[in-house]
Amino acid sequence: MGMDRKPLLLILVSGIVLIWSLTASAGAPAEPSPATGAHSWWFWPLLLFIVTFVMGVLAVLGGVGGGVLFVPIISGFFPFHLDFVRGAGLLVALSGALAAGPGLLKMNLASLRLAIPVALIASTCAIVGAMIGLALPTHIVQISLGATIIGICILMLTAKKSTFPDVPQADRLSSTLRIYGVYQEGSTGQIIDWKIHRTPLGLLLFIVIGVMAGMFGLGAGWANVPVLNLIMGAPLKISVATSKFLLSITDTSAAWIYMNKGCVIPMMVVPSLVGIMLGSFVGVHLLKIAKPTFIRWMVITILGFSGVRALMKGLGI
Amino acid sequence: MSEASERSLKATPEQLRYARVLEIGMLIGLIILLVTFAIYTFGIMKPYIPLEDLPRFWSMNVDDYLHQANIQNGWAWVGFLAYGDFINFIGVAVLAGVTIVCYLSIVPVLVKNKDGIYAVLAVLEALVLFLAASGVISGGH
Repeated sequence: MGMDRKPLLLILVSGIVLIWSLTASAGAPAEPSPATGAHSWWFWPLLLFIVTFVMGVLAVLGGVGGGVLFVPIISGFFPFHLDFVRGAGLLVALSGALAAGPGLLKMNLASLRLAIPVALIASTCAIVGAMIGLALPTHIVQISLGATIIGICILMLTAKKSTFPDVPQADRLSSTLRIYGVYQEGSTGQIIDWKIHRTPLGLLLFIVIGVMAGMFGLGAGWANVPVLNLIMGAPLKISVATSKFLLSITDTSAAWIYMNKGCVIPMMVVPSLVGIMLGSFVGVHLLKIAKPTFIRWMVITILGFSGVRALMKGLGI
Repeated sequence: MSEASERSLKATPEQLRYARVLEIGMLIGLIILLVTFAIYTFGIMKPYIPLEDLPRFWSMNVDDYLHQANIQNGWAWVGFLAYGDFINFIGVAVLAGVTIVCYLSIVPVLVKNKDGIYAVLAVLEALVLFLAASGVISGGH
């Protein structure tokens, strides 16, 4: 999915300014604090920016959301506490969705009618998930996160996608809510009429998705797309676009819980946000020449490794 | 392509309204965030937590961080806007709040189109997000 150029140019300039400001404000080498060992304070935010930039590139090439990469990788390999990583992760996923949302809505690939009832359930449950996640001991969240990430890897390896699912008849709920649409398939020019079914089941699954998104600070694209596409029968492009847009609503509710709790450190949030958005911009341009299958395997491997690391951290190994 | 297909390929009025409001809000939030971050990191405004002390705090859990830094949670950050680190919360709040504005903006369109169910759903969603933003609901140890 292409991204609007206006915020992307802004991000490109801000990325340059960010690196400049972080290195310029470092000034004379500070005395390293015990928490960072031999590193000055700016080392980790700068590394965060670089790593999230790479994540943004890989996320686009591997067809995954930046949010699902951020929390496991940053919590596994950086000295930041999981509370702040989840807060930053939600804001990162939210920002990506906010940037992509307008274009997807205008192109009528994201469906507001499909998103609104789903988002109400998911965002309410994301609040519950955030409250649970902040109340549980950190090691329990780490173990659960590790197990969930490994589950996501399995899902990514095994889940099939259906470009145009067969939906014989729209169900009563989707008919009442008038959840259907038309879009033009870019590659063939074909006009596709779409409708959905199994709407009650889909909405129930979004309860679980919402809780998990809030609890772990992950974007929920890894779960949204299979439910919209394979369970409810929305075409793959509509599912991917609507999922991306949905994140802007689901993650908003959870992000506010984390923000009001105090789990936002600007020196973590801004470099992450700029890094991922800049990386996504570059990733879109590299998409033409990259081998997506290889990148996807690499992303799944990195995620799996991060999931195991989160498990080990939680178990104190 | 038939005229009927051409009409239905276009996004609905409420969808276009949502997209416009979202785009404007997102750009405003992003610009504010980048400007305030530059002010923060260039030391134009003194931060509440000195930059060199950050590593001590970001490895703590949030309760210890708030206690040791003597910061209240919720919307207390508004009282700290004289500090370079806390002004970044303005941009974060705009980005996190734009969705509420989007939902409220489509309610008149939905009502005008006699789409009562979706008008109610949009109001409910705005309420849920407002509740989350208000700080009334909190999580924690």
